[in-house]
Amino acid sequence: MEYQKYYVPESSKFPIFAAFSLFILIIGASSTINSLDNPESNASLILYTGLACFLATLFFWFRQVVKENNAGLESAQLSQSFVYGMAWFIFSEVMFFAAFFGALFYVRSFAVPWLGGEGEKGLANMLWQDFEATWPLINTPDGGKAFVIAAKSMSFPGWENISHWLPLYNTIVLLSSSVTVHFAHLGLKKGNKKTFNIWLGITVLLALIFVGLQAAEYYEAYEHFGLTLNSGIYGSTFFMLTGFHGFHVMLGGLMLAVMFIRSVFYGHFNEHKHFGFEAASWYWHFVDVVWVMLFLFVYIL
Amino acid sequence: MSSVIESHHDDHHHGPAKGLMRWLLTTNHKDIGTLYLWFSFAMFLIGGAMAMVIRAELFQPGMQIVEPEFYNQMLTLHGLIMVFGAVMPAFVGLANWLVPMMVGAPDMALPRLNNLSFWLLPFAFGILLSSLFMEGGAPNFGWTFYAPLSTTYAPPSVTFFIFSVHIMGASSIMGSINVIVTIMNMRAPGMDLMKMPLFVWSWLITAYLLIAVMPVLAGAVTMMLMDIHFGTSFFNAAGGGDPVLFQHIFWFFGHPEVYIMILPAFGIVSHIIETFSRKQLFGYSSMVWAMLSIAILSFVVWAHHMFTVGMPLAAELFFMWATMLIAVPTGVKVFNWVATMFKGSITYETPMLFAISFVVLFTIGGFSGLMLSIVPADFQYHDTYFVVAHFHYVLVPGSIFSIMAAVYYWIPKWTGNMYDERMGRLHFWLSFVGVNVTFFPQHWIGLAGMPRRYPDYALQFADWNMVSTAGAFLFGASQILFLFIVLKTVMGGKKATPQVWEGARGLEWSVESPAPYHTFSTPPKVN
Ligand code: HEM
Ligand SMILES: [Cu+2]
Repeated sequence: MEYQKYYVPESSKFPIFAAFSLFILIIGASSTINSLDNPESNASLILYTGLACFLATLFFWFRQVVKENNAGLESAQLSQSFVYGMAWFIFSEVMFFAAFFGALFYVRSFAVPWLGGEGEKGLANMLWQDFEATWPLINTPDGGKAFVIAAKSMSFPGWENISHWLPLYNTIVLLSSSVTVHFAHLGLKKGNKKTFNIWLGITVLLALIFVGLQAAEYYEAYEHFGLTLNSGIYGSTFFMLTGFHGFHVMLGGLMLAVMFIRSVFYGHFNEHKHFGFEAASWYWHFVDVVWVMLFLFVYIL
Repeated sequence: MSSVIESHHDDHHHGPAKGLMRWLLTTNHKDIGTLYLWFSFAMFLIGGAMAMVIRAELFQPGMQIVEPEFYNQMLTLHGLIMVFGAVMPAFVGLANWLVPMMVGAPDMALPRLNNLSFWLLPFAFGILLSSLFMEGGAPNFGWTFYAPLSTTYAPPSVTFFIFSVHIMGASSIMGSINVIVTIMNMRAPGMDLMKMPLFVWSWLITAYLLIAVMPVLAGAVTMMLMDIHFGTSFFNAAGGGDPVLFQHIFWFFGHPEVYIMILPAFGIVSHIIETFSRKQLFGYSSMVWAMLSIAILSFVVWAHHMFTVGMPLAAELFFMWATMLIAVPTGVKVFNWVATMFKGSITYETPMLFAISFVVLFTIGGFSGLMLSIVPADFQYHDTYFVVAHFHYVLVPGSIFSIMAAVYYWIPKWTGNMYDERMGRLHFWLSFVGVNVTFFPQHWIGLAGMPRRYPDYALQFADWNMVSTAGAFLFGASQILFLFIVLKTVMGGKKATPQVWEGARGLEWSVESPAPYHTFSTPPKVN
């Protein structure tokens, strides 16, 4: 029986740099946040230093892995380890979103109705007796004493206004980007690098459009609807869910962009070896599925 | 699939680098395992010192030693450090040392990630501990950090706490991914799933639980951060949120977390009881199924921590029955351990002493858990010292004893030296007496109504509190002996044979002691 070689690097400087820069990063982040109302504070410098070091470390680390890969150090077994690793990482991301979706379901089915006096724990209504439970919750239970009441929610505005409704366009953009990345994959599997590059490029472009539209939507919410993080639980769940999703779109888009650059400028990937791209595309599909959930539970229902 | 190790620099292939750099840059699973274990021990001593402050204050009613504010900080840090700094890293350290050897792999699947997982921890705990010196003091809201104590009423250091929890979570998730991938992808040929040593099985399940719940904890602290600094209202009813939501999210993480801290112990104890009974483990496959069902059930019992918070009746009943159901697979395991010992030719070396007392004392903790799972009874027990007694019985003579058992059992394999058996037994008996004297009386004062988390108490609880404090200092002091025994073994001692223990079976006992720096350069044969 022939054994494959499993590459174990003798030692590595990347992890300790990554750990140390994360250390700087979180000290910076905590101090910055704690001194938000102090304009003199320089804490954000620590934050940016940490961030820059961390990103640089990641860059060199990944570059090293790519180099090792191209040098043929990696066996099929090691690639399999990367595949499993990526799959479990995505699972952890699923659970992160699950926490926020869970919070959304809990407030919608329990907390808000109880505050409005409905259900077994409707006793909670004694806190603010004028409060009526609705969703999207625009009037906060305290009647806007501590929170700012928005003019309007981001939910489905009815068929007559559908043409101005950004989330619909966002859905179309993101869903088609999942299709285009799949086309890229198919092209690559056939060994057709040109098809691959074109479809991958289109996918990156769609990612950018999505982020742009999302920014426009936030602008509209903040400037025109008065809907902010400060608008009670509807604003909280809306911005946190869509915000984390948007952040993941940027991350996934960045991964795809890196793959695009690697393919176009460095000639990486062929029909047999393309785990880097595959991992990024799985991530992209995952981000897409999260959006479908968001579209259903945040925007429509 | 199988493998041999491949190295770039063949000239220094066979030994580790020298000096500090070895530890900072290492990708070797044994080095990283050692780092985890020492880190855990350091945290155990720091968290233990905090426990001594707590018990000293509780020695007598009235306030004698510390300010109430500082007492709260000690209580909070003690819990956080013991859970995230002592117990969890110790198990990860053991996994690092043992899993690759037990499955016949050259190393962990993702060696560089492994180094990162470890080195995040000292930084995270450095930040957490430094909060003691910040304005407003360290976190003071208990290890469960319920909102609004941890949001509206929290000291400014809570921001540092939140980010350090993020880092600990990232470390756990990466460590778990590594363990799972190693087990799934790096087993030697012939090492089928149902032939895997139980410690490996227990870690496969634990790693799955960790990857499932650590992100939820990250979500919880993120919501706290947003509530505190950015105006959201997740845990604020005035904006339509709910402080109880925090408890749901926390315990959705928290209950699986308690199983994360006990499943690897189940694996360890199974190996030790088998070895020193000189018999094959009774009911291997039922052990695996029991752990799997415990893991699955652990996702649907979280609200047994919240019976008194005001949930609808249907929820109270559901969580009560689901919790009781967990006692069944737990009972199966205890039965199997006892059945393994039955008619065995048992010898009582230190690891076995710890393992047997694990079985007995963990079962006591399981029974008090069962009492707590009864909703109407829990209305009386909740937030009393009875709960404190319960979880310390499952965690100290449970998780911690299993870790100590593991250290005595495998340290000859790690260092090549036998530990001093007489001192080991002395350490065991001191710890055993100390633990029971500390925590057993807490059942009684709890049933009598003494609430937990206060620095002062009513006079009728004075006697047993005094006893409890005496026990705690005995237990604490005996851990200094443990440190001494370990150091002595590392530095020298009777040489260990490869098999070390007469009844020991498994791949790790087939290699010399100490195990070579790279264990299996070609995959071993598994029959
Ligand atoms: C038969 C198994 C078990 C049952 C039925 C059980 C049941 C319970 C219940 C109902 C409570 C809530 C009590 C209250 O706050 O009123 C509780 C608390 C607790 N249990 Fe268990 N438990 C079991 C095993 C374990 C294990 C194995 C561990 C850890 C290794 C553990 C750790 C804890 C902890 C840490 C708490 C208290 C958390 C806190 O409030 O600070 N339990 N248990
Ligand atoms: Cu529990």
